[in-house]
Amino acid sequence: MVSPHPLVSLLAILLLALTLASGLIWFERRLLAWWQDRYGPNRVGPFGLLQVLADMIKIFAKEDWVPPFADKVAFILAPAIIVVTVLLSFAVLPFAPGVIVSDLNIALLFFLAMSSLGVYSIVLAGWSSDNKYSLLGGMRAAAQMLSYEVFMGLSLMGVVLLAGTFSLNGIVRAQRHLWFIVPQFAGFLLFFIAGLAETRRLPFDLPEAESELVAGFHSEYSGMKFGMFFVGEYLGITLISAMIAILFFGGWLGPGLPPLLWFFLKLFCFLSLFILMRAALPRPRFDQLMAWAWKLLLPLALLNLLVTGALVLAFLPRR
Amino acid sequence: MFGIVRTIWDVFRHGFQPRVTRQYPEQPAYLPPRWRGRIILSRDPDGGERCVACYLCAIVCPVDCIALQATEDAAGRRYPEFFRINFSRCIFCGYCEDACPTYAIQLTPDFEMSEFRRQNLVYEKEDLLISGPGKYPGYNFWRVAGVKIGGKDKGESENEAPPADLRQLLP
Repeated sequence: MVSPHPLVSLLAILLLALTLASGLIWFERRLLAWWQDRYGPNRVGPFGLLQVLADMIKIFAKEDWVPPFADKVAFILAPAIIVVTVLLSFAVLPFAPGVIVSDLNIALLFFLAMSSLGVYSIVLAGWSSDNKYSLLGGMRAAAQMLSYEVFMGLSLMGVVLLAGTFSLNGIVRAQRHLWFIVPQFAGFLLFFIAGLAETRRLPFDLPEAESELVAGFHSEYSGMKFGMFFVGEYLGITLISAMIAILFFGGWLGPGLPPLLWFFLKLFCFLSLFILMRAALPRPRFDQLMAWAWKLLLPLALLNLLVTGALVLAFLPRR
Repeated sequence: MFGIVRTIWDVFRHGFQPRVTRQYPEQPAYLPPRWRGRIILSRDPDGGERCVACYLCAIVCPVDCIALQATEDAAGRRYPEFFRINFSRCIFCGYCEDACPTYAIQLTPDFEMSEFRRQNLVYEKEDLLISGPGKYPGYNFWRVAGVKIGGKDKGESENEAPPADLRQLLP
């Protein structure tokens, strides 16, 4: 297969990621409805697909209001940061052999760094809104995302040990014989939980927590700025799902079908899993969330790393 | 821990259960015959208006949505000159139907009365009058009421004895 020019890949991936993120709103609503014995949006266009378009027209027509008491620069910057950081991570994702914007040799670290930067968006939004609910949401987001980032990185180190590289391309290629879900099942679970917390998805949507904090960190946002937070959130889900597929389920690898199709098949499986979590699980209390992160999941991640390291040292040939 | 997994599995299985949503415009809801919906004015089996413009419905109406004006025709029969129901106020309580002495005003199983303009929700008499007797097919108020109107004297109603002659003693 001839690999396309990076610029072509870049435009295609950018377009695809943004379309996917907005399409996910429809996908999530339909899927949630499916699990709740309803139909979901099915009126606008075939299967309600044009609902997204209708919502988009509506949100563009909304007043884009900046509260007079807000810190203007940070307030306007915050929604841009989340979209930019998440989109930057898409640059290192290998969708198929050759379909990648930049094959960094430290792609995994780049992904972790970008997801760490994402927290600034939430914290700035919460702080600049000058609203107690926003601030509470921002504070929760800071604590939650920083705590879960710690073992998110650690849970991936097992994969890195097995593959012997930080390059996502290399990690996918290292799974030719055995997907890393088998030797790294604990790592997968930890990464999935951390991914839920990183994207602030239910059940870990404490920064937003509609039932407690109005709308959390984006209480004061309206119009397309509010929309950007949503696009950022859905981009985040797509990113984490893609990372799960790449790191643990062999990325584009699979028999028969073309690699790109395999990749998207896996991607949609995990997107659905994210939505299933939302349909099924209640939100934990904040102290429980922090206790799990530091007292349960971090030691587990360390243990996983320790055992994986020992086994790799004992059985895998030196490279 | 097991509970969480169990919950996720149970929610997943819900995808394969029948939907509870009724796709409303395509699958209309069943409305029982005694449903309190759009108000109508019914007619006698003979085709005359049943309403005798007694104002009871307008008085009993808790939201004052009924307006009418009584008048009389040449035969001495009362009827409303105009009869107006403002459905943007109506709460479909059915008190008017209960109060009506002649079964003229009735509520029907129909609620699809959406309008783009509020003014269109004000129904005049010609909008309210239907061609038939509604829920009470055989009933004709003027035929059973002991009232004298043109073409019918006292004592000529159905099941009505001729009036007693007060000036004689014989039974």
